[in-house]
Amino acid sequence: MRREVPLIITSIAGLVFAISFFIPLLGDAQNRFSDWVSIVQSFAVWLGLLNLTKVSLEKITRKREGWQYAILTVVSLVIMLAIGMFDGFSGLAQDPPVSYREPGTNFDWMFRYVYTPLTSTMFAMLAFFVASASYRAFRARNFEATLLLVAGFFVMGGRVPLFDLLIRWFTDYPLFNQFADWIMTYPNTAGQRAIMIGIALGIMSSSLRIILGIERSHVGGQ
Amino acid sequence: MASTIATILLILVGVSLLYIAYRTITGRPVERRIVFIYIALAVALPLFMTLPAPVQVTPDVERLYDALEELRPGSKVLVSFDYDPPSAPELQPMAVAFMKYAFKHDLRVIVMGLWPQGPQLANLAIEEAMADQEIAAKNLEYGVDYVNLGFQSGNEFVIQAMGTQFKRMFPQDDRRIPYDSIPLMANVTNFSNVDFVFNLSSGKPGTIEWVQIAVDRFGATMGAGNTAVQAPQVYPYLRAKQLHGLLGGMSGAAEFEKIVEEPGDGTTFILSQMFAHAIVILFVIIGNAAFFTERRKQE
Repeated sequence: MRREVPLIITSIAGLVFAISFFIPLLGDAQNRFSDWVSIVQSFAVWLGLLNLTKVSLEKITRKREGWQYAILTVVSLVIMLAIGMFDGFSGLAQDPPVSYREPGTNFDWMFRYVYTPLTSTMFAMLAFFVASASYRAFRARNFEATLLLVAGFFVMGGRVPLFDLLIRWFTDYPLFNQFADWIMTYPNTAGQRAIMIGIALGIMSSSLRIILGIERSHVGGQ
Repeated sequence: MASTIATILLILVGVSLLYIAYRTITGRPVERRIVFIYIALAVALPLFMTLPAPVQVTPDVERLYDALEELRPGSKVLVSFDYDPPSAPELQPMAVAFMKYAFKHDLRVIVMGLWPQGPQLANLAIEEAMADQEIAAKNLEYGVDYVNLGFQSGNEFVIQAMGTQFKRMFPQDDRRIPYDSIPLMANVTNFSNVDFVFNLSSGKPGTIEWVQIAVDRFGATMGAGNTAVQAPQVYPYLRAKQLHGLLGGMSGAAEFEKIVEEPGDGTTFILSQMFAHAIVILFVIIGNAAFFTERRKQE
């Protein structure tokens, strides 16, 4: 039963979405399923939160490697949750009601001056690693790598006004900008379309296998 | 003064790259911390410079602008904020410029998000747009001129359900005001009551899901702003005219700011990106020069 029930649910959900695309009468069933997806995902957020708390607390109590960071995770989680809930409830009491996300709330302050700079900094580190990797590993070793290198060279230089600024002594025509645009419009679009068609065919065959119960790896089968 | 110092420092950075090129070609590549310093300088110094970057507006940005110009005052625009703060440096300038354009042209803006942090970033963009004197003078009213419907979980299934009824996914707005009590939403049932959809996205769910469901299935007219990483994946939809314009990355933001005449962070940051790109390109050239020199020696 532990396998059969999830398989039946998967098959029914998959069939409803596939068939309702062609039969409008099933549109309401499809909408009902969409509502359920939204509800299930909301519960998944709570599940993720509980799991994170459990894993972090285990790490702290057993003093596993990096347990100090787990304390930070739990403390941050509790603080954001408490502030969000406090602002949420006090905002509801106001007339007109104010969301906890509105400018001026404590939650907004935390979002603006703590969360945003921290996450932006993490993401910005990529620029440094990309530059370092380009210097050490991006080599024209063969034809394909050379093609990628040349395309990258022109797109990087053409997407920002770098090369066009350099050729300004000769012409005002944005030659490199136009060339970068051509690369994006034609070779890139053709490549992306090929990838998309390939992925779509793969998704269709995988979906059919899941709906028909042939593919069972998602419920722990072979 | 700061601009002159920054320019001189950038010239010195450029000249010092010659020494790095010499070291690398002679088989003594610099360690990665040195590369990091160069990138940090290339990003930071231009922020102090007053050199205007010659931004060229591309046809994709022009198409979005043309589509917006066709909207009459009072038209309803749905803006979906599907990104989080890490992508904000690229997408937030687009959001702010779009909001300024929309409010100045008397468009009615309906904001939502498929990413939890999206509606809050929308609030920041609205707040920045409202600081503009011309917009502030209009005394725009929440619920009448603009509304924030908030976040809804469910990814593309939210768009799917909105195709039938917006209210189904957003029974209340972000301030817990019931859908039926919001004057702006009075005659909005689904996508057929919205004149334009603008999606700002940095991943999934994002522009691709919006095109596949809102545009293909429910006939919405749509434009988008994407991070530079995601934009290449969206080009097929642009060429097939499923998308009415695309802003790609920081350059897209700068171009949009130029065409709507609202210079902002995109115009400022594009200079930093330009120098950062230049540094990366030069390091790639140096690395490859060393590679070919080494290979020739081995032969």
